[in-house]
Amino acid sequence: MANPDPSFRSATISVLVDNEAGVLARVIGLFSGRGYNIDSLTVAAVDASRTHSRINVVTSGTEMVIEQIKAQLDRLVPVHRVADLTREGPHLARELALIKVIGTGNARSEALRLADAFRARVVDATTGSFVFELTGNTDKIDAFLELMGPLGLTEVSRTGVAAIARGTSAITLRPDATHGTDKGSS
Amino acid sequence: MDAVQARTGAEVLLRALKEQGVEVIFGYPGGAVLPIYDALYQQNAIRHILVRHEQAAVHAAEGYARSTGRVGVVLVTSGPGATNAVTGLVDALMDSIPVVCLTGQVPTHLIGNDAFQEADTTGITRPATKHNYLVKRAEDLARVVHEAFYVARSGRPGPVVVDLPKDIVIGQAPYTPAPDAEHRSYRPVTEPDPGQIARAIALLKAAKRPVIYSGGGVINAGPDAAVALQEFVRLTGAPCTSTLMGLGAFPASDPLFLGMLGMHGTYEANLAMHGCDVMLNIGARFDDRVTGRLNAFSPNSRKIHADIDPSSINKNVPVEVPIVGDAGRVLAALIAAWRADPARPDTQALAAWWRQIDAWRGIDCLRFSQATAAGSAIKPQYAVQRLYQMTRALGRDTYISTEVGQHQMWAAQHFRFEQPHHWMTSGGLGTMGYGLPAAMGVQIAHPDALVIDIAGEASILMNIQEMGTLAQYRLPVKVFILNNQYMGMVRQWQELLHGGRYAESYSAALPDFVKLAESFHAVGLRAESVDQLDGVIRTMLEADRAVIADIVVDPKENCFPMIPSGAAHNEMILGPEHADRAAGITDEGLMLV
Repeated sequence: MANPDPSFRSATISVLVDNEAGVLARVIGLFSGRGYNIDSLTVAAVDASRTHSRINVVTSGTEMVIEQIKAQLDRLVPVHRVADLTREGPHLARELALIKVIGTGNARSEALRLADAFRARVVDATTGSFVFELTGNTDKIDAFLELMGPLGLTEVSRTGVAAIARGTSAITLRPDATHGTDKGSS
Repeated sequence: MDAVQARTGAEVLLRALKEQGVEVIFGYPGGAVLPIYDALYQQNAIRHILVRHEQAAVHAAEGYARSTGRVGVVLVTSGPGATNAVTGLVDALMDSIPVVCLTGQVPTHLIGNDAFQEADTTGITRPATKHNYLVKRAEDLARVVHEAFYVARSGRPGPVVVDLPKDIVIGQAPYTPAPDAEHRSYRPVTEPDPGQIARAIALLKAAKRPVIYSGGGVINAGPDAAVALQEFVRLTGAPCTSTLMGLGAFPASDPLFLGMLGMHGTYEANLAMHGCDVMLNIGARFDDRVTGRLNAFSPNSRKIHADIDPSSINKNVPVEVPIVGDAGRVLAALIAAWRADPARPDTQALAAWWRQIDAWRGIDCLRFSQATAAGSAIKPQYAVQRLYQMTRALGRDTYISTEVGQHQMWAAQHFRFEQPHHWMTSGGLGTMGYGLPAAMGVQIAHPDALVIDIAGEASILMNIQEMGTLAQYRLPVKVFILNNQYMGMVRQWQELLHGGRYAESYSAALPDFVKLAESFHAVGLRAESVDQLDGVIRTMLEADRAVIADIVVDPKENCFPMIPSGAAHNEMILGPEHADRAAGITDEGLMLV
C-alpha cells in the first residue's frame, strides 16, 4: 500500500536493554499497543555477563511516527539506549536464512549454480534436496528466494535483521550509565 | 548491617515501605497476601485502610497522592485482587499519578499452573503501568520495592506494580537500604536545555498574541512550580489557560486566567488558542479533548512545548521549540531568561490582544438561566456555583473530586480553584466511579479538610460500596450528586449527534439516595427545587460525618460551551441556540469519542 506522506520511510532501530524478564514483551507490546509496524525483530544478550540485550527492530512510518517510536522506546524503564541506525549514518544490516529446496534434474543443478553465485553455502544435502545457508541484507535474501521459487523452494527460516553502525561510532552503555543523568538517543 | 539479619519477606517489605516514608496503605486482603497482612497486624507505623473493592483502593491512593504530592500505596491479593485494580492503574497511568501497587501472587513453583486465584499480573498490567516487577528471588525484594518508588515518582510519575509470590513473602529475605537501590538505566531529564529556553524566550518576547497553556505537569512538579507559573505569567502579561488536569495551578480569580480550554472549555480560552501567534504549552500533552480537530488547531501559532516526557513532544502537534524538563525547573529557567533578556515585549500588541480577549469574555459563555421562583427546577450549574460560593464563605481548606460526565465538566467550569493539589478528577481515562474513593484518599491525607465529591447519579453507583469505608474510618466526605436521572454526557451526545435516540442512557430504578446514605451510617439529604438548595448545602457542610446530598437537577440541561468532536476551536457550540452546528459534524467527526 503506497503511503502518500513523502516522509514515510523504513528505519532500523537498535535498542540496548537490561536483559530481564519481560523486556521483549514490553517492546513488542509497545509496538502492537500503539499500532506501529514491525517488519523484522531480533534480540539476544550481547555481553559476557548476559546482563544486557540488544534488540534490532526494522519498522516503517512517517518521520513523526518514527520519532515517536524512538521516544516511546526510550521511556521504557529498562531501556538504556535507542539508536536510529538508518538516520545516524551508514550501517550494516545482515540476516541469515536457511532455505530448503527440493527437486531433481535440471532444477536441482540450476539451484546449486545460483547458490554458488549468491555465495550461499550448502549445509545439508540429500539426493532430492538442499538446505542453503545464506547471509546478507534483506534485499539479497529476498532476491535469492525469488530465484529459488520455481526451482523447488519449499521452506524458509530467517533470523531477521542484525544491524550495526559502520566506522567508530558505537552503541554501548555509556561509561556513566549507572550514575549519569542523560538517556538520549544519539 | 541489618542486611544479614534474618527476616521474612513480609517484614522486609514493610521495612522498605517505612524507609520510603509510607504512612498509609489502601488495600484488601486475600490468600496470597496473608503473610503481609500478618506482618501489618504486628506493627503500628503503617496504617491500613480497608476498602470495599480493589479498584477503589487504587483511586484512593491516587487521591492521596494527588493531594499530597507523595506516592500512594496499594496492597491487593492475587488473581481477582490484581485484575480489579487494573482500571485504577490505567487511570493513574493516563493522569501521571505516582502509585505503587503491591499485588499478591501464587508461590513461584505454582506460577503458570493455573493455580487458584492465579493471574498473569505482570502480563496483564504491563501496558497498564509505567513499569512492573515480579519478584522471583528473596534477595531482590528490598531493592525492587525501593526501585518501584523511585520509578513511580521520578520523571513523568505513574503507577508501578510489584507482584509478590507468597513463598517470597513467607521465606527469609535480606534487607537492602534505599540509597543502594537506584535504577540501573532510568534517569529522566529534569533540567531544561538553556538553548531551547533562550529560543522560547525570544519567541515569547516578540509575540503579539501569546498564550500560556498549562497542564497537570505543573501540578505534578509541586507547589513551587505553580508559584513559578504565576510569576512567569505575570512577567509576560500573557493570558493563561489550563487543561482539566492543570486547574488550580493558576488562580481562577486572577484576571490573567481565561478558564479551562478544550471541548468544554471557555470561549475566550479556545479562541485565544485558535488566534494566538505564540503558544507556550507547559506540562500538558495536546490531548484530543484540548486540540479538537488537529489540522485546524491553532493554525497560525509558533509553538513551544515543555514536558518531562520526550514522547509527549511532537506526538500530536508538531512544535518549533521542544523543551524536555521538569515543569518547575523549566519555569524557573524561563523566569531567569526573561529577566536577563533586554528585549521588551510589544506592550501595544499585547494590549490589543487583551481587548480582543475581553470582547470574547463579554460573550459570557458559561451563563445559564436559573429560575428563582420557589419550586423551580435546580440548574446543575447553579448547584455547583452555590456549592462553590458557600464553601468559599466557610474559608475551610476544601478539596474537590469528581466522577466522570456532565457534572465533572460543570464542576471544572463553575468551581473556581485557587490552589494546586485541591482538584482530583479522572482526566485521561475518564473513569466513572473515581470520585468517591479518590475523595476517601484525600480525606485520609487531610483529616481536617472539607472533601467533596461532586458526582452524578450514574457514576456514584460504580463505587458506591465505598460508603462502607467512609463509615468504618469516620471519614466525613461529602457526596454532592447532581441527579439528572441520565448518564448526562451520553444523553447529551445522543441528543446532539444521534437524533435524540436515548439508547440505555436513562438511569432507571435509582436507589433512594437518602435511605442509601442512612443505611451506610451517613447523613442523607435531598433538594428537589431551587428554594431547598442552600439549606441542603448548609446542612451538608455543617455535618461532621459523611453525607450524600441528592440534588435533583433539571434533567434536560446540556453542558456548554462545547466543541463537537471533529470540530475546531472556532466552531464552538455556545448553547442550545447553536445546537444545530452539531448536525454539521462529518462522519469522520462522529467516529471520534
